[in-house]
Amino acid sequence: MAELRSSPPAEPPRYRIETGTRASTMLALGGIAVVAMLAVLPAFAGRGLIQDLIFVFYMLALAQCWNLLAGYAGLVSVGQQAFVGLGGYLLFALTIGAGIDPLAALVLSGLITAVLAVPTALVVFRLRGPYFAIGSWVVAEVYRLVFAQFKQLGGGTGTSLPPSATGGIFGIEWVKTAFELRSPAARDIITYWIALVLAAGAPLMVYLVLRSRYGLALFAIRDSEATAESAGVDSFRTKLGVYVLVAAATAMIGALIYLQKARISPDAAFSVLDWSAYVIFIVVIGGVGTIEGPIVGVIVFYALQRYLADFGTWYLILLGALAIATMLFAPRGIWGYVAQRYNIALFPVRRRLLRP
Amino acid sequence: MLDWIGTIIQGVLLGGLYALFAAGLSLIFGIMRLVNLAHGDLIVLAAFAILALASWFGIDPWLATLLAMPAMFAVGFGLQQLLLNRTLGRDLLPPLLVTFGLSIIIQNGLLEAFTADSRRLRLGAIETASIQLGGNLAIGVMPLLTLGSAIAVILLLNLLFYRTALGRAFRATSDDLEIAQLMGIDHHRIYAIAMAIAMLVATVAALYLGAGANFDPTIGPARLIYAFEAVIIGGLGSLWGTLAGGIVIGVAQTVGAKINPEWQILAGHLAFLAVVLLRPRGLFPRAED
Repeated sequence: MAELRSSPPAEPPRYRIETGTRASTMLALGGIAVVAMLAVLPAFAGRGLIQDLIFVFYMLALAQCWNLLAGYAGLVSVGQQAFVGLGGYLLFALTIGAGIDPLAALVLSGLITAVLAVPTALVVFRLRGPYFAIGSWVVAEVYRLVFAQFKQLGGGTGTSLPPSATGGIFGIEWVKTAFELRSPAARDIITYWIALVLAAGAPLMVYLVLRSRYGLALFAIRDSEATAESAGVDSFRTKLGVYVLVAAATAMIGALIYLQKARISPDAAFSVLDWSAYVIFIVVIGGVGTIEGPIVGVIVFYALQRYLADFGTWYLILLGALAIATMLFAPRGIWGYVAQRYNIALFPVRRRLLRP
Repeated sequence: MLDWIGTIIQGVLLGGLYALFAAGLSLIFGIMRLVNLAHGDLIVLAAFAILALASWFGIDPWLATLLAMPAMFAVGFGLQQLLLNRTLGRDLLPPLLVTFGLSIIIQNGLLEAFTADSRRLRLGAIETASIQLGGNLAIGVMPLLTLGSAIAVILLLNLLFYRTALGRAFRATSDDLEIAQLMGIDHHRIYAIAMAIAMLVATVAALYLGAGANFDPTIGPARLIYAFEAVIIGGLGSLWGTLAGGIVIGVAQTVGAKINPEWQILAGHLAFLAVVLLRPRGLFPRAED
């Protein structure tokens, strides 16, 4: 029995958990450089390009928000136009009605919407899967019809943002003297910077959420809700948190969109085509459930619109056909296909276990 | 008091139209859980088919509807076999995006072919005929015919569902897909037949849509949302439930409009939200989801 000595306990192999990749480090540096370059762009670029980029930025931000909701939290909504419209209308109400600076009104719109999103969630969270999708659309319609009742905001025909409400927007005097511009062009530049902040902030927000404990809970719920719950994840609260966060961000984007358009109407602000269908199209073409996907998708969408929108109905038929073809032949989208083929992750959110 | 009774009767009749829009949707949603965002546009497509056939052959819309039915049957069968069957699965997004793509293709294709002009199916004297109920109450013959057709369609679909071998196959695939496949059911073919039948119902709906009001290529989605509400209120897989759902929406809308004309649509949506808050699975769900 003497030889049956207990061997010294083996040193447990030191596992490490890694999330970053070399590509992601390079991307972080590259991303900062791109954002810095875009920030100084108004010094060189014409007004047309600035306006086009504002469109690209807010569509990208909306796509990132929808992707977090549907691609990661499994809440496939066709009613996010509710929050775009809410943000836009709150901005108009706060600037015209209360005379608040548009920039402060934009942030306030997000906060107020976050509060309104809680009772909205309590209604739509009663529904699941396809019922949730339809229910969220009905809720957006309810918001549209309610805002059409406010005579102070133009009722069903809508209203305009008077130049006096935005003429004094924070920082405009500085831009006017620095770039030697008149008010409308200077306002575009300020709007452009806000759009840039939102477009850069949205992927960052998604990334930080997914890297946190919250993100881990979301992945668990997506893969199996019952298992996640049995492991102690509060599925309802996790989803509610994401829903409210996305609603607030979407409302701020909506406020920005209508700050730039300077004209709002219920039909446009709560449009299911503009703020849900096209956004879903962008995310799915690019790759749902990835942070890179919406970036790829918005570039494709912008290119199509820039070069083909003159063809009117044929452009839309092509858009529909492209949506169908993507779903049939590359259901994980363009980025999903590339990432699988070449094994790259620019925004690594998966935790990988490494053995020494 | 009497005009309130009149309002509610109008609501019930309007509900018949919504139930007719929703019956085809309810059938395919019940059998294959497919959220068909193009259903409204397919009804509009059928309405244009009736219009085109009626003017080509110089026949009245009733006859043209009969001619359009086999064509729409083929459209439904082909659509399901070639396209929609490949999108079905656990994931909700593929059918959502594909039917959304279909929706804009149909809308814009119709705009190319028929322009954006408003059209109407002319049925002659019956359009304005009404029946006096005494007092100041009168009900239109067309709305009554619409409700009657909705009831007839649902009766026929229920006979098909509960009295035939095909209906048994429908119920089996709806209840448990895997076991149904083990029993030798080709579920893709069953789905294609279901979609084809849904398109027959859509053609009937198209006749009443086109005769009751002006239509143009873009009105599909607005009608679709009422149809979905009727299906969800009724409960998954219950066709009589869908009729009840249509009537709930219809009555809520006419009562809302009576209080304030601007509240018509809003009242319908609020009634829907109230029902799902109390009964998230609808009033009469037949199947488990």
